[in-house]
Amino acid sequence: MNPLSERKYIIIGVFLLVGLAFIARLFYIQVINDSYKLDARNQAFRYTTEFPNRGYIYDRHHKLLVYNEAAYDLMVTPKEVKNFDTVDFCKLVDITKDEFIKKMKKAVQAPNSPRKPSVFEKQLSPQDYASLQELLYRFPGFFVQSRTLRKYPMKIAANMLGYIGEADKDMTERDPYYNEGDYLGISGVEKTYEKALRGKKGLRILMVDVNNSPKGSYMNGLYDTAATPGKALESTIDADLQLYGEMLMQNKIGSIVAIEPQTGEILALVTSPSYDPNLLVGRARNKNFSKLYLDTVRVPLFNRATMASYPPGSTFKLVESLIGQQEGVLNRETKYPCSAGYAPLGGHPKCEVHPSPLALYDAIGYSCNSYFSYVFKSIIENKKYHDTYVAFEAWRNIALSFNIGRKTNSDLANELRGNIPSIKYYDKVFGKGVWKASTVISLGIGQAEMGITPLQNANVATIIANKGWYYTPHIVKAIDNNANDTTLGRFKIKHFTAITDTAIYNNVIEGMSHVTESGTAHLLKIDGVEYCAKTGTAENPHGRDHSVFVAFAPKNNPKIAIAVLVENAGWGASWAGPIATLMMEKYLNGKIARKELEKTMMDANLIDNIKAYEPKKKKKK
Amino acid sequence: MERRKSNSIFSDVDWVTVLLYLVLITMGWLNIYSAVYNEDHHAITDMTQKYGKQMLWIGTSLLIASIILIIDEKFYTAFAYLIYGLILVACIAVPYLGREVKGSRSWFRFGDFGIQPAEFMKFAANLAIAKFLSNAHIKIADYRNTIITLLIIGVPLIVIKVLQDETGLAIVFVTFIFTLYREGLSVNYLLLGFVAIVLFILALLVNNIYLFIIIASLCVVASLFIRRTRKNLFAIALVGLICCGMVKGTSTVYDHMEAHQKIRIDVLLGRGTVDKKKEGYNVNQAKIAIGSGGWTGKGYLNGTQTKYDFVPEQDTDFIFCTVGEEWGFFGSSVVIILELLLILKVVFMAERQRSAFSRIYGYGVASVLFFHLTINVGMTIGLAPVIGIPLPFFSYGGSSLWSFTILLFIFIKLDSHRLEILR
Repeated sequence: MNPLSERKYIIIGVFLLVGLAFIARLFYIQVINDSYKLDARNQAFRYTTEFPNRGYIYDRHHKLLVYNEAAYDLMVTPKEVKNFDTVDFCKLVDITKDEFIKKMKKAVQAPNSPRKPSVFEKQLSPQDYASLQELLYRFPGFFVQSRTLRKYPMKIAANMLGYIGEADKDMTERDPYYNEGDYLGISGVEKTYEKALRGKKGLRILMVDVNNSPKGSYMNGLYDTAATPGKALESTIDADLQLYGEMLMQNKIGSIVAIEPQTGEILALVTSPSYDPNLLVGRARNKNFSKLYLDTVRVPLFNRATMASYPPGSTFKLVESLIGQQEGVLNRETKYPCSAGYAPLGGHPKCEVHPSPLALYDAIGYSCNSYFSYVFKSIIENKKYHDTYVAFEAWRNIALSFNIGRKTNSDLANELRGNIPSIKYYDKVFGKGVWKASTVISLGIGQAEMGITPLQNANVATIIANKGWYYTPHIVKAIDNNANDTTLGRFKIKHFTAITDTAIYNNVIEGMSHVTESGTAHLLKIDGVEYCAKTGTAENPHGRDHSVFVAFAPKNNPKIAIAVLVENAGWGASWAGPIATLMMEKYLNGKIARKELEKTMMDANLIDNIKAYEPKKKKKK
Repeated sequence: MERRKSNSIFSDVDWVTVLLYLVLITMGWLNIYSAVYNEDHHAITDMTQKYGKQMLWIGTSLLIASIILIIDEKFYTAFAYLIYGLILVACIAVPYLGREVKGSRSWFRFGDFGIQPAEFMKFAANLAIAKFLSNAHIKIADYRNTIITLLIIGVPLIVIKVLQDETGLAIVFVTFIFTLYREGLSVNYLLLGFVAIVLFILALLVNNIYLFIIIASLCVVASLFIRRTRKNLFAIALVGLICCGMVKGTSTVYDHMEAHQKIRIDVLLGRGTVDKKKEGYNVNQAKIAIGSGGWTGKGYLNGTQTKYDFVPEQDTDFIFCTVGEEWGFFGSSVVIILELLLILKVVFMAERQRSAFSRIYGYGVASVLFFHLTINVGMTIGLAPVIGIPLPFFSYGGSSLWSFTILLFIFIKLDSHRLEILR
């Protein structure tokens, strides 16, 4: 044998070694390392999104509040743009050459890419689209993607419905469902019910070759998904009442909240000044948004019904009366004197001139400040507690059970907590053990640091109308015609306050009846409807007193509870009262008998009053 | 012997090897079909498409294989030098007589089809080497014979590189070093080559000063462990100097390379800034295609990277990408194993020859196939520089398929007569 034949082992060894090295390397790049798979997908797949139709929103009588209109985004894939007549194109799309160059530059630069389609011109109207589409074949690289835009036929309830915006980078990181530029609800119902409204995006995977020309769908569409349209919402709003409320509130600052007591359904939620929701849609959105956003005098994007916390003023005397009775220091016979003010503190808080002394019904009717200062003092100095602070805590806890000073947990996107001051707070302000009932006496008439939102105030009226219970106020009653949708579950739970004795409520309701018969609101009558109300004139640090009014009607078997607040308008009975009674009249009677009053209210411009403000020290009504 | 002669000429053919060959060309064709597949051309015989043409090349290859098996085996030994000479002449002539296609001057064109004589130089050179070294009086260790052998290999290498500018086709001839090693070439040549490659790579990646220091310290260490005779110390010093010379020479060699070759080396070694969209594009796309295959691949005809032209030359030099993408880790391993099996089979067959000519020729076949496999697959997975040479039996191309077929089947023919007298 050839002595060199041993060398074959070396040669075979080398061959095997290389083979093994290759298989090991293949194992690494094919099985272990995933980055190549990702690169392959990015290169060869084009993911196209099919945007679902966003859910419509209806009012409680199935009147359309929000629907969609088709809009078309003109998309461009810069790499595919060839043989291009820029002049022709600019004429077609109605832009200048400079704009064209700017937009093309944007489409090429990160995060866009020459290979990937990006938006060239946003939200073309169907008319523009029609004329564009005929000629688009001449401009390779451009195509049109359909989107949907919100449309508001009645132009009402802008703040409550909320608006749509584009997902930003932050959003896409928080929720991977969204891609940058996707539409989503930013505020109001659009935000709260985003998941139901948005539906589910569809995805089509197209394969493209190295020149980015489409080569059909991947695996014959095995991984494609169709878009699922968003669910329709049935709102609790009565569109006609809402519209009427917005008309009454025009040129005034403030809000109206009306609730159906038996269900907690919000019938109307007006905040003023507001805006036409159609402004925040389409190509003019950004321009309009900054205009609204920068309007710091009228602040139209601010939902006062849920976001503004006001001192409740005299309307709080209702809760005060309830607590007094519950704590056993007040009954309907209890009488206190009034000398145009609360005598023990030298006539402060002040009061109007009226018969004295008064019992509970008339005290509510006349809204006597002195009376409720005595009531508050008797609650705080209640002998049964032996300790002022324990009594104060008891008072505060009962008040909290009326869902004031804490969020109602409604489905309105942004809500303020409001405030009922705590012992801790006063200890900090006055010092521990230093303060007593007389120090904080104005809490008894809904002033001092107390703050509640109009929504909470309307809920207080609801509780009294129901004599002790309420459902969490809400704006949506059914999702996709399903009233039992789990997201609505929390609105089916009956909440009770700390006061359950209906006799206690009956006394307060009687007092509220006195308000409309002989008291502060005796001039405001509704044809054929006996109703209960309480006026308020809330002192505030911002200017003239706020005009406040809470009511429910009819007195027996109430159908509507309402809270109205007009900022810096003065007496409760002069602005908030008429507006509230007109609203109830409209809702219950379907027509308005008091045309004169209606016209006065609608025509009045109180916004200018704010500037003509002069400091005034008055607490009452 | 008379009894054997009376049998069919195919009686002693090694059918396992033939089967491996058939399996590989079939798999190759399937992958070419997939790589160039498009919906407009379904017919597998469509002559406007490469898979149609490859069909033709396969058919003719089988014909050629049959002819080779029919021709008397003495023909190959007798005319080895003549064949070598004729094809060498063709190689020299082609730049002047052939038609230039896409800047390449290595083709004779016949209408739609072309022939690359350089492809056939491989088996011709192999025949010539076998003929020369099988001479009973020749010992390769003899200085003069080494020179002649190197000339047989070196002349076509230089002709193809210089006249035709086909680096890929030329560099293949280096692989005959395996044959020479088996036939007695001093192992020092192999080590020299190995050390040269390692030092070349190191010199490009590491500061040369450090390399000099390392070489020097290794020499010192070596001298501590051997008998310090004058001869040994001299040898160590010589090795050290040669190594240092190689390191020093690297930059000179590198500087004299063509721009695209420098880039390919840079891409392989990850030197400097490699732009994956430009110079690194091919290799990166090849890796993406193969890497995206995963365990089992995307399925036949379902590749996206190869079919949609992300990978350049996906039907010829980068055919392995289609394998990797559509058949995954399993499929590509199977291809590598089958190719290796064929190569090892040839090695074992070579070892069983009584005739030195047959053995030497057999080693040449294995070496050529091995070199192609190594470089071709190596470049697609980033382990070898990009050199445009085909994957045996897989890549599209008539000349290469014919060339590999001839190369292999001459050996199969020689092997079928292994029991006859020594040549």
